[in-house]
Amino acid sequence: MTGLALLIPVALGLGLLGLVCFFWSLKNGQFDDADGAALRILIDEEGPL
Amino acid sequence: MTATTPNRNPVQLPQTEFAVPGVRCAGCIAKLENGLMLDPGIASARVNFTAKRVAITHLPELQLPQLVNILGDLGFEAVPIAADVPDGTQQESREMLQAMAVAGFAMMNIMLLSVSVWSGAQGFTRDLFHWISALIALPTVAYSGRPFFRSAWAALRKKRTNMDVPISIGVLITTALSLFETFTHGPHAYFDGVVMLLFFLLTGRWLDVVMRSRARDGVSALLKQTASGAMVLGKDGKTRWIETKALSIGMEMIVAAGERIAADGIILDGSSSVDLSLLTGESAPQIVREGDRVHAGTLNIDNPVTVRVTAAGADTAIADIARLMEKAGQSKSLYVRVADRAARLYAPAVHTLAALSFLGWMLAGAGWHESLLVAVAVLIITCPCALGLAVPAAQIVVAGALMRAGILVKDGSALERLAEVDRAMFDKTGTLTRGRPEPVNLDNATDEQRSILLALSRASRHPLSESIRRTLEAAGTQAASLSKIREIAGSGVYAVSGTRDVSLGRPDYDMASAAMAAQLLIAGQTPFTIHFTDQIRSAAAETITELQRLGIESTILSGDRASAVAPVARTLGLTAQTAMLPEDKLDAIARQKKAGHRVLMVGDGLNDGPALAAGHASIAPASASDVGQNAADVVFLGDALTPVATAVRAARRTQQIVRQNFGLAIGYNVIAVPLAIAGQVTPLIAAAAMSGSSLIVVANALRLRGAAR
Repeated sequence: MTGLALLIPVALGLGLLGLVCFFWSLKNGQFDDADGAALRILIDEEGPL
Repeated sequence: MTATTPNRNPVQLPQTEFAVPGVRCAGCIAKLENGLMLDPGIASARVNFTAKRVAITHLPELQLPQLVNILGDLGFEAVPIAADVPDGTQQESREMLQAMAVAGFAMMNIMLLSVSVWSGAQGFTRDLFHWISALIALPTVAYSGRPFFRSAWAALRKKRTNMDVPISIGVLITTALSLFETFTHGPHAYFDGVVMLLFFLLTGRWLDVVMRSRARDGVSALLKQTASGAMVLGKDGKTRWIETKALSIGMEMIVAAGERIAADGIILDGSSSVDLSLLTGESAPQIVREGDRVHAGTLNIDNPVTVRVTAAGADTAIADIARLMEKAGQSKSLYVRVADRAARLYAPAVHTLAALSFLGWMLAGAGWHESLLVAVAVLIITCPCALGLAVPAAQIVVAGALMRAGILVKDGSALERLAEVDRAMFDKTGTLTRGRPEPVNLDNATDEQRSILLALSRASRHPLSESIRRTLEAAGTQAASLSKIREIAGSGVYAVSGTRDVSLGRPDYDMASAAMAAQLLIAGQTPFTIHFTDQIRSAAAETITELQRLGIESTILSGDRASAVAPVARTLGLTAQTAMLPEDKLDAIARQKKAGHRVLMVGDGLNDGPALAAGHASIAPASASDVGQNAADVVFLGDALTPVATAVRAARRTQQIVRQNFGLAIGYNVIAVPLAIAGQVTPLIAAAAMSGSSLIVVANALRLRGAAR
């Protein structure tokens, strides 16, 4: 039973953490431009040296 | 879209959004953003690739035409997006996604606990797990259930019922009973079922919203914003840019050649020809001189003119059409979607069934608690989980397939209505035809003439020379090198090729037919006259035949003269009604409606707006006026007419799949409901049945992926 008392809060806490992260990223606009985000990693940001 | 970077300046800089359909790759994003940042007047620029938009924060001094020019210099055609358009779907989609995320989180955690209950947890452990489940489920039902409760309440208040009524009742009763079970240490709690139900249903709703917002983004990227404003001549002799909204009677606008006129007015100075095709459907440009009236939304072709505004905003001819449209669109809002129609039959049946099983068990001598458990099991099993997914899943799959084929569907109800049409009415100019003049005899020109023509036409923005340029560039012609190129507005382009004078301009005979012809003069050679016609869209005849095969009869409704419509009607073998005003088109549709037909209206112009709104379903080409695109249910890209038939075929195929899905959902009920009435359904069976049936309808919907071919 002591195992349960520890594991259940841990499991719920991890799930909740994921949910909070999702809400944060949604609010942060990370899902506004999904196709663009996939392309932006291809942009070479180095300035002319 | 909300600005992603917080503005730290004390003064709020204006932000302007542009649709930039030309953004196609990572390079374009970098080029656009970095290029814009080089301008000292621009504080920030952010591209949204999904919506094909760029949001620019800039100094107030930088005006709209300048921004468009900056974007143009970077090589991107840009169209300003009106800032006051409400962004409702974006907000709605975000709320749905949040509710879905919460339901998903709760579902997974409750399921985790439920598995141990199912596998035989007893006594204190089971009670504990039920309590934890309740703690997770109650806030989830309160949060994620809101969209359903809200919509059910709205329907009930109007004494109607929709899909959300049985859902809300089922969810509330089941939650209450499960809570009671938890209090009384009962063996079965249905928290997992309730939350799973919410999750699947929210998935369906979210898909529906995503589909609408995708189409909306696609359409707004096409909008041309007929005229967003005008250069106005001030009293001090200076000109400044004034937005359409701020134009007032008595102002003097300077309208350049190739620009759309922003308000109704009278020409004070200059003479030109205007293209009325978007307003009236007439294909030949009209010659206008000093003292003539011009209308908002028409295109000034030849020369710059000065226009005194006589009506602006709500008084223009365009606004009249908008009012007519609003009235015509009301019948469409009465349309009841398939899912809601099913719910009208389904909801009473389900509730009667649950009530009857409760009564039956009571009469059979079971206690009220046991009878209530059975009734709840019936409610949970019959709750329209698969039904809620059946329709949106099929519609979003087909909308995705159509979008890849260049057909944008505004919403699910459009697909349902499109599947039901049995008459098609086509506008002529811009719909059956391409709506732009195209040179027909360039093949007769010599190579030298063609290369000089290309070089000359590149120097002018006149619609005829742009069409020559497009045709020759498409044919791979090399441009000759010319010197001393100059354009004389209203006359033509003049240049020197080697030692010879060359020019491209108006033919030297009568004015009326001159609008659709141009003449190439090369010193020492006979003049070459280029003729233009508005060509019929490719595959038009095939599309009409295909529609006929689908049982849809087509006719033409045109605002153009009979003599201009006749050749098109003859070629396609269609009957035509000509010289129709927007009201006449509405009447024609109303007559068909009275005769019991469901009309598909296909049109593009402002004058088609009311008819597009009145039709049972409507389709517009991407080249249509903003009004046309906004009023239509479906917008298609490209020069061929084929998408009209493709869309109808795909819509019918979708309805077929939706009906199959309904069949599957009912079939599953036929098996599961007797079990529930017999009291044999445990939460485990309910959960398995629910997810199983949902997966099956989604899998069936996925078969529509190839429907647009």
